[in-house]
Amino acid sequence: MTVQELADTLQLKEFNMGEPDRTAEGGYCGDLLSWVMGRAVAGGAWLTIMSNVNVAAVASLADVACVILTEGVQPDPPLLARCRAQDINLLGTEMSTYDCAGKLHALIG
Amino acid sequence: MSGDDKIHLSYQVEGGDLTRAGEASSSVKQTLRKLGLDPAVIRRVSVCMYEGEINMVIHANGGLAMVDVGLDDIVITLTDFGPGIPDIDKAMQAGYTTAADSVRDLGFGAGMGLPNMKKYSDDMKIKSIVGMGTTVTMVINIP
Ligand SMILES: Nc1ncnc2c1ncn2[C@@H]1O[C@H](COP(=O)(O)OP(=O)(O)OP(=O)(O)O)[C@@H](O)[C@H]1O
Ligand SMILES: [Mg+2]
Repeated sequence: MTVQELADTLQLKEFNMGEPDRTAEGGYCGDLLSWVMGRAVAGGAWLTIMSNVNVAAVASLADVACVILTEGVQPDPPLLARCRAQDINLLGTEMSTYDCAGKLHALIG
Repeated sequence: MSGDDKIHLSYQVEGGDLTRAGEASSSVKQTLRKLGLDPAVIRRVSVCMYEGEINMVIHANGGLAMVDVGLDDIVITLTDFGPGIPDIDKAMQAGYTTAADSVRDLGFGAGMGLPNMKKYSDDMKIKSIVGMGTTVTMVINIP
């Protein structure tokens, strides 16, 4: 499933869609950046409540397909700017991390 | 090609500035992409380099990052003139951290950076002298 299809299906807020056609498969939930670096799956979705600018670097270097800010968290303006500049897919939802992960699991494993 | 068929990259990493941290790693990633390297190799280099870069920013007031891209491997050398690491075995333990609350609030300080560097490199060496600084060398083989 592409990130765009994922966003449409789960009605995610599209903060930035730099690479909407990228395929997303699998995922990881976490807020401690080194855990995410070490454990996130390349090409997967990353669910987090962290919203500072360092999220962009981790997303790009860990090579995740998209970041989903859960629990209604809004991106800090520098994060949004960085995602725009680097074509990083940044999404958001009011769902809890748990609920969002459950839905994702059914859709993209 | 003449005697040296490696590509050398080097970066000055600023200390303390966490808004710019990761720029060197991102630049290395872009270069490796242009060279057409396997995405799995690029990802391993990215993890190792980012964790090392962040450590220099947070713990050592910055430093120098050098990356040598060869045909068989990629060697990352990170040199800083920070406080040094008194007990390297302890620092390598998952969960060990001396990070301040201010950086923990940003999501750093899980004590997982060095373990990640070990896990994602094929070889890693740390040389450190307290009061002098630290050099971390990581080798990632290109299969
Ligand atoms: N370049 C360095 N100079 C001085 N001390 C360092 C350096 N790199 C690591 N350390 C020490 O080793 C500890 C463990 O490092 P590690 O990268 O594993 O965790 P962290 O940086 O504290 O947290 P995380 O990487 O999970 O965000 C650090 O807290 C710090 O005390
Ligand atoms: Mg670290």
